[in-house]
Amino acid sequence: MTNPVDKLQRTAAEYKLMDAKDKRRYWTDGILNNALYILMAIFVVYTAIQKPNFLSLGSLANLLTQVAAYLPMALGIGGCIVLTGTDLSAGRVAGLTAAVAGVLLQKSDFANKMFTNLPQVTVGWILASMLIVVLIGAVIGLVNGFFVAKFSLHPFIVTLSTQLITYGIILWFFGLNGNNGQPISGLSREYKDFVGGELFRMGNTPIPMYALYAVVLTVLMWFIWNKTTFGKNMFAVGSNAEAARVSGVNVFMTTVLVHTLAGAMYGYSGFIEGVRSGSVAASTGLNAECDAIAACVIGGVSFVGGTGKISGIILGVLVLRIIFVALTMLGVDSSSLYIIKGAIILCACSLDMRKYLVKK
Amino acid sequence: MEHDVLLKMVDITKTFPGVKALDGVNFELKRGTVHALMGENGAGKSTLMKCLFGIYNKDSGQIFLEGKEINFKSSKEALDNGVAMVHQELNQALKRSVMDNIWLGRYPKIGGIAVNERKMYHDTMAVFEELGINVDPHRIMSTMPVSQRQMVEIAKAVSYHSKVIVFDEPTSSLTEEEVEHLFRIINMLRDRGVGIIYISHKMAEIKRISDYITVMRDGQWVATEPADKLEMNDIIRLMVGRELTNQFPPKTNEPGEVYLKVEGITGMYNQLRNVSFEARRGEILGLAGLDSSGRTETLESIFGIRTRKDGKIFLDGKPCQNRSSHESIKNGFALLTEERRATGIFGVLSVKDNTVISSLKRHKRLGFYLSEKSQREDTQRYIDAMHTKTPTQETKIRSLSGGNQQKVIIGRWLLTEPEVLLLDEPTRGIDVGAKYEIYQLILDLANKGKTVLMVSSEMPELLGVCDRIIVMSGGRVAGEVDAANTTQEEIMTLAAKYV
Repeated sequence: MTNPVDKLQRTAAEYKLMDAKDKRRYWTDGILNNALYILMAIFVVYTAIQKPNFLSLGSLANLLTQVAAYLPMALGIGGCIVLTGTDLSAGRVAGLTAAVAGVLLQKSDFANKMFTNLPQVTVGWILASMLIVVLIGAVIGLVNGFFVAKFSLHPFIVTLSTQLITYGIILWFFGLNGNNGQPISGLSREYKDFVGGELFRMGNTPIPMYALYAVVLTVLMWFIWNKTTFGKNMFAVGSNAEAARVSGVNVFMTTVLVHTLAGAMYGYSGFIEGVRSGSVAASTGLNAECDAIAACVIGGVSFVGGTGKISGIILGVLVLRIIFVALTMLGVDSSSLYIIKGAIILCACSLDMRKYLVKK
Repeated sequence: MEHDVLLKMVDITKTFPGVKALDGVNFELKRGTVHALMGENGAGKSTLMKCLFGIYNKDSGQIFLEGKEINFKSSKEALDNGVAMVHQELNQALKRSVMDNIWLGRYPKIGGIAVNERKMYHDTMAVFEELGINVDPHRIMSTMPVSQRQMVEIAKAVSYHSKVIVFDEPTSSLTEEEVEHLFRIINMLRDRGVGIIYISHKMAEIKRISDYITVMRDGQWVATEPADKLEMNDIIRLMVGRELTNQFPPKTNEPGEVYLKVEGITGMYNQLRNVSFEARRGEILGLAGLDSSGRTETLESIFGIRTRKDGKIFLDGKPCQNRSSHESIKNGFALLTEERRATGIFGVLSVKDNTVISSLKRHKRLGFYLSEKSQREDTQRYIDAMHTKTPTQETKIRSLSGGNQQKVIIGRWLLTEPEVLLLDEPTRGIDVGAKYEIYQLILDLANKGKTVLMVSSEMPELLGVCDRIIVMSGGRVAGEVDAANTTQEEIMTLAAKYV
C-alpha cells in the first residue's frame, strides 16, 4: 500500500500542474463529493454552540445507544440495496418479531399474560426465543428473496406485499387468546436485563447490553460482506447480474440468501425493540425501514448496485441519529423534523448519483 | 433516365478510441434509385448511417440533402426532414397499437388537446392501402409477427413523405412471400422518386433490387458501380480484398487428440439447428459467419447459459451436461462473452474483485473465509502476466481501457484453470497493439494443450490465428475449412449458404 505522505505529495504535485479551470473543478468536486459531511460538521458545531450540552458525555452515550438500536436493520437492508433492490417489509417484520419475543418472555406472574404455559424465563429460554424470532424474520426474508429471484419481480413489489401480509399476521397475533389488540407488556425482568441491562457507564449514562450485540453483529456483517464467497457474490450480482451468471455465480441462491440474512437482522431488531419501548403494540416497527434505507443511502450504499460499505452504513445511521438528537435538543418540532429528514435523503441521493453519472 | 443527386455524403470521418470507424467516406444517392450498401461486419455501414441520423457525431465531413447541408441531431429530426430508417432491430412501442406507433410524437389533435383517433385511423388506412398492407391499425404491435411490424415501420416512413429511406437488413426475418411484397413496395417507392439505401448481406437480393452498389471495407469507401456491372464474385472480392500482414504472432501450436465433441446441438429458444463439430487439444477452432448466424448461441449453448432442446457434449469421450455456468466451470469450460460491458465486467467493482470472482474457491481458508493475501497474489500474477495497465488492484475496472478490461476478464477465466476456452469476439473494440498480445495469449493457451473455440467477425483474424474454421450460416454449420488453405471468398460463400 502506498504511503499516505507520498500520496499527498503526489496529489499536491498534480494540483500544481492544473490550470485555473481544473483547479476550480477540483474544489467543487471535492466539496460536492463530501458535501454531506461538511454540512454535518457545520451542523454539529452550530448545535454545540447553541446547546453546549449536546457534546456532553451523557448526550454522546444517548447517541451511541440509538445508533446501536437502529444499526442492525440498516445492516440487513444494506444487502438488499447492494443488489439494486430494497425491502419495505423490514419494519413490519421487526414489529411481528417484537410481539412474538414479547409474548414468549412475559413475566410469569403477569395478569394479562397471553400464553400461560410457557417455560420459566431463563437465559436459555431467552436465547431460544431470540433464535425463534430471528428464524421468523429469516423465513419472511426467504419468501422475499425467493419471489425476487425466481420470478424476477422487483423487490419493491415483493416486499410491499410481504409488508402487508406481515401486518395482517401482526393484527391476527394481537387478537389471540382474547388479547383484543392490547399492547403486549409485562416483559420479564430477565429479558429486560438481557437486552437493556447496563453494560458500562459513560459519565452517568448507562450503555445497554444491546450496544455490545450491535458491535458483534456489525463485525459479523463486515466479515460476511468482505471475507466470504457469499459477500463477493453479492457485490457481483448487484454490479452486473448477467456477468455474474456467466462467471458461475449462483445468482438465485445469492439473492435468496441476501434477503434471508436481511430478514434475520429484522428479527433481531424486533427482539430488542420490545425492551427498548417497554411494550409492543401492533404499530411497533411501522416505517422503521424508511430510516434504515435512508441511513444506507446517506452512507453511500447506492441504488446503482454493487457498491456500499459497512462503515458507510454505520456513518449513515450516525448522521441520521445526530440530526434527530440535535434537532430535538434545539427544540425543533416533529413536523420540521420530518421535512429536514426528507430533504437530507433527497440531497444525499442526488450527491450520490452524481458520482455515477458518466461525465460527457 | 436522368436522376439528380438526392443525398450526398462527403469525406465522412468518425473515430472511436483506438479505431478509425470511418475514413473519408463518400456516398451519393440519386433520386428514384435503390442503392445497396455492402461490406463485411464492421466495415462501417451502420456507422455511416448512424452519422447520417445523428446517432453518432461525425468528426469531419459534410452531408447534403437536395443540395442543402444538413446536420441532424437525432433520428426524429432526420425523420422530420424526410430521411427515414427501417431498422434491423425494430424500435417500437410494442404494447401500443399500430397507429399509435405510426403517429407517435405527432398525434393529430382536436383543439390542440385531445388526440384525434378518427383522423389517425383514416390516415393510417390511407397509407396502408397505398402500400397494399393488410393490417388493422388498432392491433397491438406485440401481437403481430416481425414481418408485419416491419411493414408498419415502412408505412411510418412513407407517412412522413420521406425522400430517403434506409433499409437495414430488412429481409432477415421475412419469408419469401413477404420479401416479394417488400420488393413491390420498394419498387413503388423508387418509381415515386424516393431514394433508397439498402443494406444487406444477401447477394442475390441485392443483384435483383438495386440500381447501384457501394462496397465498404474497414471504414473506407471501396467502389460504387451500377448493379448490372458487378458479378457476385466481384462484390465478394471488393468486400474482402485486403492484404494479410504480419499482425499475427507465428503459429506454433500442434493440435493433438479430439477433446471436445459437440453433437447435434439444437436451441430451445434460438435458431441453432443440429450443430456438430469436434475440437482437439491444443487446437484453435474458429467459428465464422455473419451476424446472427448462431456463433454466439453455439458458445453459450455449450456453456449452458442458453437452453438446449437437443444435443450432446462430450469431453474426452465422456458425456458432460453443462446445465449451468457453474457446472460448466467445474467441467473446465470458460466463456469470454461478446458484450464485455453487458455480460463481462463488474463496472463498479475493483480489478481485484473482477479477477477473482470465478475462482473464489482458491482463496477459501478453513472452509469459510477468503484470504485477502492470496486474492492479491492471484490478481498481481495476472496483471503481470498479461501486462495489464492499471494504477492499482483497487481501481474500478470501468476506468480501464477496453483492452485492459479484456485482459482482466481473460485473467479471471484463466484462474479457473479451464481446459476449453470459448472466446466470443475476444478482440472486439480493442486497439491493434493489444490485439496482438491477445492473439499471443490464445496461441500460448493452445501450446499448453488447451482447446480454444474462437468466434470472430474479422476474417483475417480467424485466418491468422485458427487451425480450422467452422463456418456457420442461419443457425447451422455450413461447412468447415482449413485455415491454412482457405480464402475469405470461400468463407463468405459458405456464410451465405443458408441466409
